[in-house]
Amino acid sequence: MSFDISLWLLQDGVTNGSIYALLALALLLVFAVTRTIFVPQGEFISYAALSLALLQAGRLPGVVYVLLGGGLAAAALELAQALRARRWRHLPRRLALYLLLPGAIAALAWWAAPRKPDLAEQVLLVLALVTPLGPILYRIAYQPLAGASILVLFIVSMAAHYVLSGLGLVFFGGEGLRSRPFADAHFRLGVLDVSAQSLWVVAASLAIMLVLWLFFSRSLYGKALRATAVNRIGARLVGVRPELAGSLSFAIAAFIGALSGVLISPVTTIYYDTGFLIALKGFVGAILGGMGSYPLAVLGSLGVGMLESFSSFWSSAFKETIVFTAIIPVLLWRSLTTRQVEDEEE
Amino acid sequence: MSALLEADALRVFYRRVEGLHRASLRVAEGAIVTVIGPNGAGKTTLLAALMGLLPCGGRARYAGIDLAGESVEARVARGLCLVPERRELFGDLAVEDNLRLGAFTRTRRVDRQMARDLESVYARFPRLAERRSQAAGTLSGGERQMLALGRALMARPRLLMLDEPSLGLAPRLVRDVFRAIAALRAAGVSILLVEQNARAALQVADYGYVLETGETVLEGAAAELAAHPRVVATYLGLSGQTARA
Ligand SMILES: Nc1ncnc2c1ncn2[C@@H]1O[C@H](COP(=O)(O)OP(=O)(O)O)[C@@H](O)[C@H]1O
Ligand SMILES: [Mg+2]
Repeated sequence: MSFDISLWLLQDGVTNGSIYALLALALLLVFAVTRTIFVPQGEFISYAALSLALLQAGRLPGVVYVLLGGGLAAAALELAQALRARRWRHLPRRLALYLLLPGAIAALAWWAAPRKPDLAEQVLLVLALVTPLGPILYRIAYQPLAGASILVLFIVSMAAHYVLSGLGLVFFGGEGLRSRPFADAHFRLGVLDVSAQSLWVVAASLAIMLVLWLFFSRSLYGKALRATAVNRIGARLVGVRPELAGSLSFAIAAFIGALSGVLISPVTTIYYDTGFLIALKGFVGAILGGMGSYPLAVLGSLGVGMLESFSSFWSSAFKETIVFTAIIPVLLWRSLTTRQVEDEEE
Repeated sequence: MSALLEADALRVFYRRVEGLHRASLRVAEGAIVTVIGPNGAGKTTLLAALMGLLPCGGRARYAGIDLAGESVEARVARGLCLVPERRELFGDLAVEDNLRLGAFTRTRRVDRQMARDLESVYARFPRLAERRSQAAGTLSGGERQMLALGRALMARPRLLMLDEPSLGLAPRLVRDVFRAIAALRAAGVSILLVEQNARAALQVADYGYVLETGETVLEGAAAELAAHPRVVATYLGLSGQTARA
């Protein structure tokens, strides 16, 4: 392997790795706040990538129907809950959140799609279409089960994954799509030929990480999410509703999923079920990082990106196998070195 | 006068085990009311039920509203706050962040009062000011208790429920805690105090209840209760008799 090739593989690895890193952060956040393994993240990636490609073709992405239907279901749940408890105070705001907001976004997409908006507008529209699916999914599938065990929540996640993936097939069809690169330029840095698209991916990932860091270290809502993750009862006692924390963490995760889909769609051809495998690699990154530390999850994900790009060079048929096998030694090592701490005192 | 808190025949089950059988009590506005009782009597369960952390039977009214169906967070927003037995601090977060989060239900409305409230908590507990940027998980037992109390105060409680605030503290710190409780009442906060340290609790309180195996079996003005033969025999022991003499 020549020096040029290894540099090229390195670039490829960092590009994919930074997307996996974003996904790993989202998975860790959702797990810490809601104890949910967020399997359906992959569908948000596919939805966003396919929606971007469709918007570029001047077509209305089918995700608007998922958004409207999901919002309707969530609103129905809110209404049923209000009827049962005979409490109406929060109902108008929640109905607005689940009916008006998705309706407005869908209307905007329907109006904008045939007019072929420019790239920035397409991206914003895709993010606006996919991000609300996070809180909606949380409201429908997870909020009613807030006290359930991790295993039950995981089973719900698998169900949500299959349902959303099926909806993806219905509304996007089985064919793969790829969107146009954000920028076609290439730069020569010494011997390295850097594509502008890679720079975009890495820069956007770094920017999101910075924003997340600021959010969690500076803003009260970020701290409220951390508080919920550290001590659920303590968070309730200061008035942080678990539903608010869950909804917010799902919104952040869905946003990150959508952004990852947008970033990866010019790089790879995306099918309705491709996102699952991508999100799974973010999950591997989080596990390599110990499933608890955000910086280590980022490093682990970059490792996954590298491993993937180098193994696709050496034996491309086994590239996925190699990546997913990498967690076995890590899990073995962790199970040997980690002491089980039962019921840790706060 | 109608009471700030009124609980009638509260009953709680942990699956099949009864945690609270029949507890009734009243807290008048501006009063310190204590609930004493042996380990396992159901004191913690009683406070958790009043806070909405556990589903319960019976009736509870607070500040003129029926508490049934009010969420924990809604109760906090109405000024019903709990300092739990296990403190439930945010160990990874800084002391100051713990305090700021204490005001979470109010922050949307008033941001400028936050700084003032923070300063008044620091004035009350200077140790917290020294450690404001340290993670809560690194504090000592006494400091954690102060932080738990300070965090609850940040919510501007109208009725503060304290679960064994003196638990595990050195005698000097116990005195500080009870002094802080008396000062809070002077500042207009009503207090429901649960204690195993019956002597100290009855000294600071206006009114008291004795809770045994999930039932409130005895009640009375704190001074009368401290002189009641059954209380003396069971909870105050020898030194209780000297107090009565
Ligand atoms: N989580 C729980 N699960 C089952 N039983 C419990 C639980 N918590 C408390 N209990 C039982 O409820 C009763 C009252 O406990 P508790 O309220 O903690 O008493 P106290 O605070 O007065 O010491 C005890 O018999 C205890 O064993
Ligand atoms: Mg107790």
